[in-house]
Amino acid sequence: MVLEVINIVTLYGQSLILDGVSLEVGKGEVVALLGRNGAGKTTTMRSIMGLTPARSGSIKLLGIEIISKLPFQIAALGIGYAPDDRRIFPDLTTEENLLLAGHLSKRTNGDWSVKKIYNLFPTLKDLRYRKGGFLSGGEQKMLATGRALMTNPALVLIDEPSEGLAPLVVAALSKAIREIRDTGVTVFLADQNVRFCRKTADRGYIIEKGTIRYQDEMKNILENEEIVKKYLAV
Amino acid sequence: MDNFIFQALNGLSSAMFLWLVAAGLTVAFGVCGILNIAHGSLYMMGAYFAFTSFQILGLNFWLSIVFALIGVGIIGFLMERFFLRRIYAQPIEFQLILTFAFILVFDNLTKMIWGTMLIIPTMPSLFQGTIPIVGRPFPIYNLFIIGAGIGVAVGLWLIMERTWWGKKLRAAASEREMANAIGINIPALFTAAFVFAALLAAIGGALSTPIRVCDSGVGGAVIIPAFVVTVIGGLGSLKGAFVGALIIGVISSLCTLYIPFIELFILYLIMAVVLIIRPQGLFGGER
Repeated sequence: MVLEVINIVTLYGQSLILDGVSLEVGKGEVVALLGRNGAGKTTTMRSIMGLTPARSGSIKLLGIEIISKLPFQIAALGIGYAPDDRRIFPDLTTEENLLLAGHLSKRTNGDWSVKKIYNLFPTLKDLRYRKGGFLSGGEQKMLATGRALMTNPALVLIDEPSEGLAPLVVAALSKAIREIRDTGVTVFLADQNVRFCRKTADRGYIIEKGTIRYQDEMKNILENEEIVKKYLAV
Repeated sequence: MDNFIFQALNGLSSAMFLWLVAAGLTVAFGVCGILNIAHGSLYMMGAYFAFTSFQILGLNFWLSIVFALIGVGIIGFLMERFFLRRIYAQPIEFQLILTFAFILVFDNLTKMIWGTMLIIPTMPSLFQGTIPIVGRPFPIYNLFIIGAGIGVAVGLWLIMERTWWGKKLRAAASEREMANAIGINIPALFTAAFVFAALLAAIGGALSTPIRVCDSGVGGAVIIPAFVVTVIGGLGSLKGAFVGALIIGVISSLCTLYIPFIELFILYLIMAVVLIIRPQGLFGGER
């Protein structure tokens, strides 16, 4: 297993957000975390990354316990993170955003380069000298994903890749994520767009009220009308 | 016209002291988010350390600057590591109270160690003498200060734009959490940034000893114009701090010549005018 999350509990202040989340992501898989707004998708991602530390439970990356580690240590151990709100460094150019992440990578088993990122997201190449703060939402989303890959991760977390993007960009992103998987990087993404996840992911988990309610192959999830209606339909 | 040029040059050299203090203030605020009112006290400690090593230990001018840098660097490290680090997540009032407490601590510490004596400027023989500018003697040391201030500005620009460390600082300044998530050791970076800011203050303080009187109240006194400079320039902007220092330094100096009665409040007048026209400061919000 690349990622093993066992029964994690996470609070924001006094309120319980994750109430015992467990999931697994195997090597070479694209796994989706589905659920409505407020179900706990982003908090799950943030807990794995150490940004909103889980209070209890266990999170293992390639067999190593990371639950009490700090985000920069978790990054060094091999998780790349592309947050839902992108968090591009506005003052650095597109290329500097990528290069800084590459410079910080202490991992040698990946060999992501700026050139490879531009092959994956050709739009970014034309914007390489533009400051991150001046990119559009969709461009920032690609850059956030590219930046996460530049850390040469074993596992990349992509939060809400399809949110707010034009259909054409969503299709390109879906293709890019499949390509990322083909390079040997395991992908765990959170999204509420079921069709996007169906096209992009192999397996899916459904989260509701901070607990995993269901898991299956992606193709089965979309066909299971009862599940879709109960947990995903808006 | 000669009067004007001469006085403007004088203003330029005092602008450089403002700049050196404001630069460190800006780095500490821009990166760590700490509004360090005790930053002037670090300048003062730099002056005391330089004075002690130059006057009392008899070190040469350059070594006395190095001595000041080491001393203030250690103080900055201890301040960040054991005090400021604990209040990053707290509201800004806590920073003001804590750093104000540091002003009092440094005031009294200097009184305990050096007594209430004034530091009377002594010009190192290296810089004694003047150069005629527009037919009048202009101190060599003031020219050196202007050069040093510009040198620090260029150096800072190179560090921020061209080095990985500068890029890390800029990344952490705007997106602290994300910087952490791509592998930047934020606590270590903040300690380094704060020490770096302290070193800038130490350079200013050390360079002031040949021409400026210093006593235990200087820490509180230099911080006020430096704050005005950073507010005019836009909090967190180094470019703004540099331009703000030039504006304040040169205009105050020219006012002493042409409209002397205004000298005491020109600082606040400039600030008021800038804030009415551009509330975010000249370079505020552009980073």
